[in-house]
Order: sequence, then C-alpha cells, then structure tokens
Amino acid sequence: MPAVQHISAKKSDVILLVGTMKGAFVLRSNGARKKWEIGGPYSIGSPVYAMAFDQRQGRQRLWWAQQSFRWGTVLCSSDDFGKTSTEPETYSVKFPPESKLALKNIWQISLGGPSSPDTLYCGVEPSALFESHDAGITWAPVQSLLDHPHRPKWTPGGGGMCLHTILPDPVDSRRMMIAMSTGGAYRTDDGGATWQARNQGVRAEFLPDKYPEFGQCVHKIVQHPAQPQRLFLQNHWGLYRSDDAGNSWKDIATGVPSDFGFCMAIHPHEPDTVFIVPIESDAYRCTPEGKLRVYRTRNAGESWEPLTRGLPQKNALETIVRDAMATDTCDPAGIYFGTRSGKVYGSSDEGKSWQTILEGLPAVVCVRAALIGGSSASSRTKGRARNVTAAKKHPAVAKRVAKTASKKKAHAGRR
Amino acid sequence: MGVSFRIPSYLAVFANGLSAIPLPGSPATVAEALEDLWQAHPALRDRIVDEQGEVRVHINIFVGEEAIRFADGLKTAVPANAELLIVPAVSGG
Repeated sequence: MPAVQHISAKKSDVILLVGTMKGAFVLRSNGARKKWEIGGPYSIGSPVYAMAFDQRQGRQRLWWAQQSFRWGTVLCSSDDFGKTSTEPETYSVKFPPESKLALKNIWQISLGGPSSPDTLYCGVEPSALFESHDAGITWAPVQSLLDHPHRPKWTPGGGGMCLHTILPDPVDSRRMMIAMSTGGAYRTDDGGATWQARNQGVRAEFLPDKYPEFGQCVHKIVQHPAQPQRLFLQNHWGLYRSDDAGNSWKDIATGVPSDFGFCMAIHPHEPDTVFIVPIESDAYRCTPEGKLRVYRTRNAGESWEPLTRGLPQKNALETIVRDAMATDTCDPAGIYFGTRSGKVYGSSDEGKSWQTILEGLPAVVCVRAALIGGSSASSRTKGRARNVTAAKKHPAVAKRVAKTASKKKAHAGRR
Repeated sequence: MGVSFRIPSYLAVFANGLSAIPLPGSPATVAEALEDLWQAHPALRDRIVDEQGEVRVHINIFVGEEAIRFADGLKTAVPANAELLIVPAVSGG
C-alpha cells in the first residue's frame, strides 16, 4: 500500500480534489498555483467518481464517494482535508427496499443553492437524485424521479445508468436542472414535485428518432450563477447552448475538431466563457490527431479557440471524462483537468498556458477545485453585479432578485 | 461451540476488531445467521448485502466449505457448530 500523506490548507490557498480509479487525492497550492503539495491517497484502491468541498456555514468539509467492487458505495467526509475521515457505519445514501433498486455508484456530489446552505445532492447510478437538508447527515431519494414515467425507458450508456449533473438554480430555489446518461436533461420548476424532459434540439445519434423528447446521452451541462437562463451542454455527439433555461437548445459546434466529448467547465467570472476537450468519435474516444487541446469559447459558443501552450501536441491519445475538469474561483481563474492516463494539468491564467501538476496517477475520473475561504465572487462578478446582469437580461429574474435582495436586507437587519 | 462467522480483516474494523464472531443463537439458515450478525454488529450489514438484502456480487459466503451461491443461497441450511466464512471474491482491476 502507498504511504498516505496529508496536507493542510489556510485561507486563500487553492485545493484540488482528484478522484481516481484507485483512490482520492487532495492537492494544495497558494494563490500562485505553481507548486502543489499532495495529500492522499484516501480510500486506497477504490474508484472515487465524485468529490466536493463544502465551505458554507463555516464548514471545511471534504466529501467523496468511495466505491468498492466488494463492499458497495459509501459517502465519506473529512473536516481536516483527509487527515481523519468519517466512513459511516450505516451507509447514508441508499435506496428504500420498496424501490427494488440497489446503489451501484455515486457520480456527483453537489451543494444546494444559495438559499439552502445545509443542502447537498448526490446523483447516483442507477439514475436517481438523493438530497440531504442537514449538511449530509441524513439522505433520501427524490421520490418524484424514482416514480418518473420515463424511468423504464432510461437505458445505461457505457459508463452505467448514471445521473451525473445537478444544477440547482442560483436564483429560483424551486428550479433545478439534472442530466443523466442516457435519458437526457430534466428540469423541475416546482421544487422537485415534477420533472420535465428538456432536450428540444439535442440530438440522439444512436436512436431512430434523432430528436426524441428524452433518451439523449447528455455528458455534462454547465451554468453560470450570473446568467442562470443560459446553459451549455456537451452531448454524446453535439455541443449546445440554451438561452431559455433548457427549454430549447442551439447547436454551437463551430470551429471544434469534434463535437463529441465528455467534460465541460464554465469560467467562474465570465458567463460566456466555457472550456471543453473535444474527443474523436464515440468509438475511439481519444483526443483528435494525438493533440491534447482544450477549446475555449469567450462568446457563448459563437467561436472556439484551441489552448495548447504547455500541453502535448504529439502522440497524446488522451481521454478526459465528464467530471474530470474544473475551475477555481480565483482571479485570474484556474482551470484543471485530469486524464484517463493519470495526468493532471492546470492553468493559472485562464487557459493561456498549462503545466503538468501530477502524472503517474491511476485513471482520473473526477477533478474539483476550491479557493479556501473564497466564494464564487471576485472583483469581476461580485454578488450584486452578478444579479444585476442576470436581471437586466431577464425581467423574470429581476423580480426574483428584488425579492431575494429584500429578504437579505431583512435578514441582515435581524443580525 | 456454536455457529460462528469468520470475516476478513477489512470488515473486522466494523466489528470491534473481531475476525471470528460467535453467534449467541442457533440459526437454521444463512439468512437467520446474518440477521444475528447484524444484531451484534450493525455496521457489517451494508457492506455485505445491498439495500434489497442480496449478498453483494463480489462477496462469497461459505458454510464450511460450501459456497451458498451454489447451494440454496440465503436459505442454505446451517448445521450446528458450523463456521460461516465471508470472503471477498476474486475481482477488481
């Protein structure tokens, strides 16, 4: 067994969470993000498909999903960056007996929206959404999705029947977008009571009807808090944008070597800036032409540019899976991704140049980044400015923002 | 003497460090023996069976030298003084 090392992090440090097929790592750097200390591995030998860092309400809690071929999947946590961890005696994320389902894996751990600071979500395989409203102590499945009439027709993709994307709306607490492979994107507007398929315009290359109501193999959706109506989607064939919260999708695959890919990350401060790594075909699933290129759009998908400085441009047959890319919230923003071949790359200048942070790891399946003590705000998009932008573009948002602002004022008054 | 379980070291952590666990009663089947085991060490349950009570795919349970997978599953009879082995299967990658 490898020797386990630990890191500790202080305010303004950046941590990088790396889930691999043989355990989890926690890396730390200062704001420069040039040198990284390595902590881990944790859950040695276990695939870790999902990680998250919760620093709401004064917490510094690391979450990860430990999957074991033998002992099942359990949600673990640590309040000291992995030095000591909690693996609950009784598994906290599990299906009720009457569902006739059994948990295979946890693919996503997400934090609740701004008005729910103790809420966490897990997206799991077989496709289901679990929620906790007590900061991760107790969990329950969202029954309306278990009972969804489409469920019998959702079918597993190559990775399994997974719910992998969870996007609580940052403004409307009753709205949330989720996505699964295969099945597609679904949205609730009534706090999870009902879910509607939101796949209009997204193609399903592998079905006789190329544009069905549902059944698409969505790989990842991203959203910026300043512009929650606008979403970007990396599909199993297809790259899309929605300007109406997912009601309809527009093809934006112009200037990319392939519209196939898995990962997608949004710039923390620029709602129109998105990063992807195109992959050649669903049969081959490696970077085209042996070149490892991150593609970036800065105009919401009207055009894309390759970012290559510091990335191998020869014999690089790499695969980057759906959750293996992330951004931090620094300014300038850091962008990170990990490969199936066990390398982790990072950029501390928003993609202009890249460095190899780690290599020789087991296959990387999850990357997450966090600024310690930081929020998603920066000098470019601080809270009010973000909301104003959203409100200007969408009158309905303006109404909600006004409500939220008055609530915040009232709350501040009470304090 | 009585019926007892022998569990792998990974699971012993969840059973007060014990790798050999004698059961207080006289279970007639593997299912009953497991219920007795959960009573004594609740943390073992989720690691050995899934939410539907099925033994996890990559875990084998033996009554003596007989794998219950090739006998009567959880209904396999447990003789007096039998030792039940819980063993991780050859799996992984």
